[in-house]
Amino acid sequence: MKPILEVNALTKSFKTFKAVDNLSFTIQHGEVYGFLGQNGAGKSTTMRMLLGLIFPHSGTISINGYEFNNSRRHLLKSIGAIIERPDMYGYLSGWDNLKIFATLSDSKITNQRLYEVLEIVGLKGREKDKFKAYSQGMKQRLGIAIAMAHNPDLLILDEPTNGLDPQGIAEIRALIVSLSRDHGKTILVSSHLLHEVEQMATSMLIIHKGKKVSDGRLGDLMNPDETLIEVNITPNNNLARMLSSSVWGQLTVSQTEEQIVMKMNPKIVPELNRWLVENRTDVLSISSRHSFEAYFLNITNDTTTANRAI
Amino acid sequence: MIQLLRIELYKIFRRPRTYISFGIVTAITFVIQLAMLSDGNSFVNFALQGVNEQFDIRGNILNGYLITYIILQSLLIHIPLLVALVAGDSLAGEANSGTLRLLLTKPISRLKLVMAKFISSFIYTVLLIMWLAGVALVLSLVLFGKGDMINLKSDAFVMILQDDIMWRYGAAFLFAVLAMTTIAALSILLSAFADNAIGPVISTMGVVVVLTIMSNLELPIFNVIKPYLFTTHIIGWKGFFDDPVPYAAITRSVIILVVYTVAFLGTTVLYFNKKDIKS
Repeated sequence: MKPILEVNALTKSFKTFKAVDNLSFTIQHGEVYGFLGQNGAGKSTTMRMLLGLIFPHSGTISINGYEFNNSRRHLLKSIGAIIERPDMYGYLSGWDNLKIFATLSDSKITNQRLYEVLEIVGLKGREKDKFKAYSQGMKQRLGIAIAMAHNPDLLILDEPTNGLDPQGIAEIRALIVSLSRDHGKTILVSSHLLHEVEQMATSMLIIHKGKKVSDGRLGDLMNPDETLIEVNITPNNNLARMLSSSVWGQLTVSQTEEQIVMKMNPKIVPELNRWLVENRTDVLSISSRHSFEAYFLNITNDTTTANRAI
Repeated sequence: MIQLLRIELYKIFRRPRTYISFGIVTAITFVIQLAMLSDGNSFVNFALQGVNEQFDIRGNILNGYLITYIILQSLLIHIPLLVALVAGDSLAGEANSGTLRLLLTKPISRLKLVMAKFISSFIYTVLLIMWLAGVALVLSLVLFGKGDMINLKSDAFVMILQDDIMWRYGAAFLFAVLAMTTIAALSILLSAFADNAIGPVISTMGVVVVLTIMSNLELPIFNVIKPYLFTTHIIGWKGFFDDPVPYAAITRSVIILVVYTVAFLGTTVLYFNKKDIKS
């Protein structure tokens, strides 16, 4: 079976700034494909190129084996998308917005289908409210309803949890997983939040400064021998000096007087604990943070910016 | 295309601010009609000062036809602004509100989107002019009655018999639709370049005001280009109130306005087809 999406050597510059640089990746049918990168890494530009909003300088995009540039209109019928915020017409109701955008994808779409998607995204009963009165979470859900109304094979969701509260984030995350699992959709979902993508995606593409740094199945990407260990201690003024003069200093990612974050094999945590105690440092807690963070730090090789992203 | 056009019209006429234009036209018309009801006779006496010395003019001079003519002249700058408010918002407003990127992720061609925006702006323009015709002409005739119309020009005056006026207004309103369609096409072009709604509206008015000044200034430097400025021709509707009607000049104006409209629209399509949507 041909991949649903195949991107080959995609490149885009804005004046002298290269936003996307020779990017290639492939998405298979049924995957939830995480697209990860820090803010400004080139995720939105890539997604806009996939939808024909931005024209690449070079490279090709194929959907179900067809070249995008040759069959743009035909191929867009098999894609549903939200790019950045799901902006719509505030003076119209949710229903009007849904009807307008869904009709543009499929002129024969029925009201029954529109009610179905409202049910799926949990907006049934609120469709007559004005769009401007919707909460951010409702707007995102209506955006997803519009994206999936014409029953596309591929959903492209750009930062769908942006601006949501924790409950909204969890709801959208569950919806995306359900769309893949229960409705068989292939989903390309971007985020700058590691743990978000980690919880949804089956495969992952990581880009950094417009270039691909890694891609593959999630399990294959993570290194079980390296994780982030967070140690909380009682305040210690000498901690920085102690660490720098020991072997532990090389493993340190960040430190304050009350906390150390280290990238290390979890098997040597007891040894670290012993060393801290021997150096008269009271350990309050030791915990392992997302293992994927360690991986991300490794491949971007840019700890300062990586810490900002996580 | 029909579906896209229906959607565009639905959006225009569901937006409350669309009706502001109709309200403004109504308000300006009422203000002029009220002023003419209270002080119209002194205005006419003042305007006909020179004429009355040589001619004895009798009858209902301050009639609905004359009032409508005065209203049309007063709205020369306002109507382009009202057209630009909608047409200038067509692409830039969508870009500003973020809906353009959602629209263009749908399987519609950019050419069809521009054409739908243009045709919907044209329909809005037709309705606005029809509304103006209704409020200005019908109401003025009700308030001031009929009569022969005096068209005062800088070097002459034209007397048009009342039975010979209505077709002239019909033709003048049709011409106004064409002239305002040219303004709409200019606004859509400027709208394609912008990502905020106010820019194209102000730019359209800027272009209209500057070119109108150039069209009206009697300076040799402008005389060469005047015949080619669209602003010289958007007032061509006045020709229908001359005697004899200058058909050759009106036809030339129609051709130039059509050429400008097509050029504005063509440039919009060429540019918009290649534009990166970053908003």
